[in-house]
Formats: sequence, C-alpha cells, structure tokens
Amino acid sequence: MLEIKNLHATVDGAEILKGIDLTINAGEVHAIMGPNGSGKSTLSYLLSGREGYEMTEGSVLFKGKELLDLEPEERAGEGLFLAFQYPVEIPGVPNTTFLKEAVNAVRKYRGESELDAMEFVKQLRAKTKELGVNPDFLKRAVNAGFSGGEKKRNEMLQMAMLEPSLCLLDETDSGLDIDALKAVAEGVNAMRGPERAMLVITHYQRLLTYIVPDKVHVLSKGRIVRSGGPELAQELEEKGYTESVEAA
Amino acid sequence: MAQEILSTDPYLARFNAAKAGLPGAGQSWLSELREQAAARFRDLGFPTQRHESWKYTPLKAMKGVSFAPAGGTGQSASLDRVPSLLAPLLPESQPPLRATLVGGAFRPDLSSLDGLPAGAKVEALGALLERDPGVLESWLGRIAAEGGDRGDQPLLALNTALFDDGLVIRLGRNVVLDRPLELTLLGPLGDEATQLHPRILIVLEEGAQATLLEHHFGYGDAPVFHNGVSEIALGANARLTHVKLQSAPASTFHFATTHVTQDRDSVYDSFTLNHGAALSRLETRVKLLGEGADCHLNGAYLLRDRQHGDITTAIDHRVPHCTSKEVVKGALDDRARGVFQGLIRVAPDAQKSDGRMLNKTLLLSDKAEIDTKPELEIFADDVQCAHGATAGEIDHHALFYLRSRGLPEARARSLMVEAFLTETVEELRAEALRPLLLERIRDWLGTRHDDTPGKGEQAA
Repeated sequence: MLEIKNLHATVDGAEILKGIDLTINAGEVHAIMGPNGSGKSTLSYLLSGREGYEMTEGSVLFKGKELLDLEPEERAGEGLFLAFQYPVEIPGVPNTTFLKEAVNAVRKYRGESELDAMEFVKQLRAKTKELGVNPDFLKRAVNAGFSGGEKKRNEMLQMAMLEPSLCLLDETDSGLDIDALKAVAEGVNAMRGPERAMLVITHYQRLLTYIVPDKVHVLSKGRIVRSGGPELAQELEEKGYTESVEAA
Repeated sequence: MAQEILSTDPYLARFNAAKAGLPGAGQSWLSELREQAAARFRDLGFPTQRHESWKYTPLKAMKGVSFAPAGGTGQSASLDRVPSLLAPLLPESQPPLRATLVGGAFRPDLSSLDGLPAGAKVEALGALLERDPGVLESWLGRIAAEGGDRGDQPLLALNTALFDDGLVIRLGRNVVLDRPLELTLLGPLGDEATQLHPRILIVLEEGAQATLLEHHFGYGDAPVFHNGVSEIALGANARLTHVKLQSAPASTFHFATTHVTQDRDSVYDSFTLNHGAALSRLETRVKLLGEGADCHLNGAYLLRDRQHGDITTAIDHRVPHCTSKEVVKGALDDRARGVFQGLIRVAPDAQKSDGRMLNKTLLLSDKAEIDTKPELEIFADDVQCAHGATAGEIDHHALFYLRSRGLPEARARSLMVEAFLTETVEELRAEALRPLLLERIRDWLGTRHDDTPGKGEQAA
C-alpha cells in the first residue's frame, strides 16, 4: 500500500527527515510516535501534499505510484485521506455541499459515476447515524464554530464518506477530552479492514489505547529509531522518549 | 482654471440644439429645471480625480470618444443580434410584468404591463411628459434635491438636462404589486459610439409595495456612455425591493445615480450586482426622512480583466429611530479595480439611529486593486453605528483542506468565492430573488450547474 524508502526532506532549507524507511501493507495499522521536533508533522504534511515541504532524496510509493508527484486532490482520488490535526473552518460552505462535492470529485477521479442527490443523502444519513454525528453538523458551514471534538468527528465523517484506502491520522487526539477521543477511536476502528491501511501519528500513547496498532515506530531526529508491536507504545509511555530512544 | 479631462462643450452644444425638441419642452417648470441643470453641469464640469468623491475613478478612458445621442434609435433598433429575446429573469409562474428600454427608449412592443392593479401606473417617461407632464412636476428633480443632491453631481445634472425617455412607476396608497416588475435596459444596438441618459422615477405612496428587478445589458462592442438617474420616493410604510444587475458589455461606461427618500416606517431593500462594463460607477444617496425608516443597501462586485467598478453610497439619517445596513462584497481578478465609498451621516437630532456598513473584498490576483473608504459622520450622541472593511486573498489553508478532500483546485477556489459572496446575497430579505443572484455569481465563476449545492442542502 505505502512504501517509503530513504525519505529525506527539507523545510525552508533545513533537513528535517533524514532517511525514513517504512512499509505499510493493506489491512495494517501503524503508529508513528516521537517527541516534538522529531519530524512527525513534516512527514504528515509531506504525505498530504502541503506546500513548502520538499523531498530531496528517496521515494514514497502509494499503490505503486510516486505519491509526492501528485497534487493534493489526486492523492485524495488515489485513496489517501488525511485527518487534520487542526481541521480548517470554512464559513459559507455548507458541510453537506462540501461532502457531496468531495465524494463526487473522488468518484469522478476513480472513474465511478457521481452520486445523485438522493443516493448521496441516503449514504450520508447512514454514516452520520453510524458515527453518532449530530445531524445539525450537516446544515452548518464546514467546521465553522465547531468545538474541537466536533471538528474531529467531522473528520471521521468525511473519512467514512470518502472510503479511502490509506488513512493518515495526524495528532488526531490533540485537544480532545476522553469522550471525544473514544468516539473518534470508534470511528477509526469501524473503518479498519483488510483492504485499508492506517498510519496514526501521535505524540501521546493515550490514543493507542483505543486504536491498537499492529506496529509502532519511534521517530527521532528525522529517523525511525525503533520499531515494535503495540507494547512499544506502552513502554514509551512508562519510560519516556529519552530513555527509549537511547535504548535504541 | 484647472484643465478638464473631458470637455463639456459637446454636451452643452447638444443641449442647446436639442432642448426645444426634448419631451415636455413646453413646460416652463421642466425647461427651467433643465436649464439650471445644464448650467450646473457647465459649472461643475465632468468629475475629475481632484473631486474627493471621484478620487479613485478616473474618466480618462472616455477621453477622445465622441458619443452620438441615442435619441430614438432604440425605438427602431433591430433585435437580430439579441440571441435569446429577452428571456424573463424569473421563472414564469404567472405572466411577468415587464418594461423594456432599448438604447434608453421605451419599447411598448417588448413590454408587458397588462394586469396592473388599480392605482398602479407604469408608463414611459417620454410619453407621459407629452401627455400629462404636470403630474411629474413635484417629483422630477425634486427627489434628487431632497435626497441629497448638493449640487455636486455633474452627471446627475447632465442627465436632467438631456433625458428624453425612461420609466415612471407610481403606486397609489396601499397598492401592492403582487409580482416583480422586470425592467430591462438593453443598450443601444448600433455600431456607433452612443450616449444615453435614461431617467427612472418611482413613487410609492403610503403603504404601497413593489419589487423591481432592473437588468442592464447589451450586445456589440461600440462604446456606450450610459448616464442613468433614478429617483425613488417611498411614502410612509411603503416597501420597495430593488434588485439591480449591471451586466453591460465590456465597451460600456456605465454611470448610475440613484436618489432615495424614505418616509416613516418605509423599507428600501436593495441589492446591486455589479459585474459588467469597462468602467462603472453606481452612486446611491438615501435620505431617511421619517422615523422608523429602514434602508438596506447590499451588493456585490465581480470584476476581471481591466474592469473598474465603483460603488459609492451615502445614507443620511435625518431623524431618530431609523436603521440602515449595508453589506457590499466583491471578488476582483486579473487587473480589475474596485472602489467602495460608503458614508453614513447622522444628523444632530437623529438619536437612536442604527447604521451598519461592511465592505469585504477577495483579491483573486495580485494585480487586482480595491480602494475602500467607509466613513461615519455622526452628530448625534445616542446612536449605534459601525463600519468595517477588509481585503484579502483566498484562505490558503482552506484551499488546501478542500483539495485534500479531492476537490480540484479550480473548483475549490470557486467554492470559496461563492461562499464568500453568498453571505451578502443572504442579506437580501426577499428570499425568492436570492437564487437569481447566486446563479449570476456562479455564471461569473464559470461553475453554473443544474444540480446546485443549494438543492443538495435542502434535500438533507
């Protein structure tokens, strides 16, 4: 699904990622943990296509295509979904309009027929109910005036509607109380399946109690310094990054 | 003497040559009005950038063009080049009320005014001046004078000197037009550079109500100097919804001066969509003369290439307890230039006035320019007034967010612009007219499609 080889990247000329190798297969959930400044955000932005991040060496293959050559909308079309750390508020654009545009843009990219209004609403209602999302969300403008938890739930709703093959969750737990965190984790877990891979990027172990990964990687100074099973997350929580990184 | 940019001479010569033949020439009050106006125009000259209110809107592009009077050419103009013969703007649930002017001349053959309720009169100005000019004496030029013509509007004066046709709408007490009146102003259709000075007079007596949908457009690439004036008097508790679409061709210089007077508890709810012409200036002056009067001047400008569009407004709170609200937003692309000048004036006695004004511009190109000047002049101490202006680019974070969800960049951009402008359309209280405006905005953005987002939203 995702194959990262010897990835080097710079931001404003400074090298942040210094040779990352990571392979994620369909059906797997990986977590990348690391202290502030380790390069977690850079990795996530680079994969999602945000401007200002440059790969200087290596390759990132997504389903066999060079991911970083694609525009952000092409990445979405190919099946990449980034759940934002800070979902953007877009006043004036109704959430339903946005979701319908997104779903149909992605369908169009994939050569599928666009959903008509009826079919779209049917699917939207089903997913909204499934995720326990307040239907009032749909009438409001995208994320405008949403609480932190509501924004993250909205991300989960988008993810469910777009049916991506690779979900990238960037610090999805930041700023969430425990109830919101559980709700988000439930949304993510419901999406797990043999055809879908996930990459969870997080500073804290807390989220991984609810979304249990198959593999955990520790990122430090732009490199993956340790990899292991879910127990590694627990170790990091107990011993802290410094000790775990030094142990590597 | 300061050097003039545009010479008044050809216009004054035209006035002297034509005045004996202008409609209503036999009426001394009208002849006097025209003579005074011509003299004022001569004294003031064409506006230059030295005039404070014209600082941002130069007329130099009109220099050297000799505009022939449209006269009655619109009466006989061939409509061959008009593709869809004046399709009604609103879906026809009932036979529309329509008045059409071509090249400034009223065209009965393109108008449909049957079925007006008793007490409602909609007539060609030229014909009315020939038939029964007396009924206009207390209105023509008087509304503008009362509405704040401080002798500083040369284009208004020029129109008064030269107007030869237009439309007069008069509604008697409590007369209600139950369907919108579509007023189509089709430009001159000839190949010659043309000037026209149409005049519109709207008088709503106490309790009368109407909706006017005014649409300016045209065909061809001959230069046009359009200098329109509208005078609107709203009696006590009268209500006028006034939507104006300025969609003139790219060779047009479009000037419109509107004066409104409002008596107590009257409502003027207006929306202007300014997206046509090479150069346009829409100047509106409203005087709130009766307590409880309520005025909404909302609008949007959509300009690209090298278009220049100026929206200038002045709202005068003369008495206590009146409200005014103005939300004007625009999107400027390429090298387009927008101008917004808004003034709220509150007279010393006009306590409890509530006046709010907001101008926002989205700059879609780094070569586009907006000059915005919101002003408050408040002489009363117990009022609520506010103004604000912003200009900026499309939010890049939002753009990235939309794209990361699969929306192509062009669509993400147009969705953002549409969202930005929708907020101002929603200020128009006549909800039934909003889709028409949104459709125009989508047309401009090139994203019009039958399955509108609005429908999906309703279905949910």
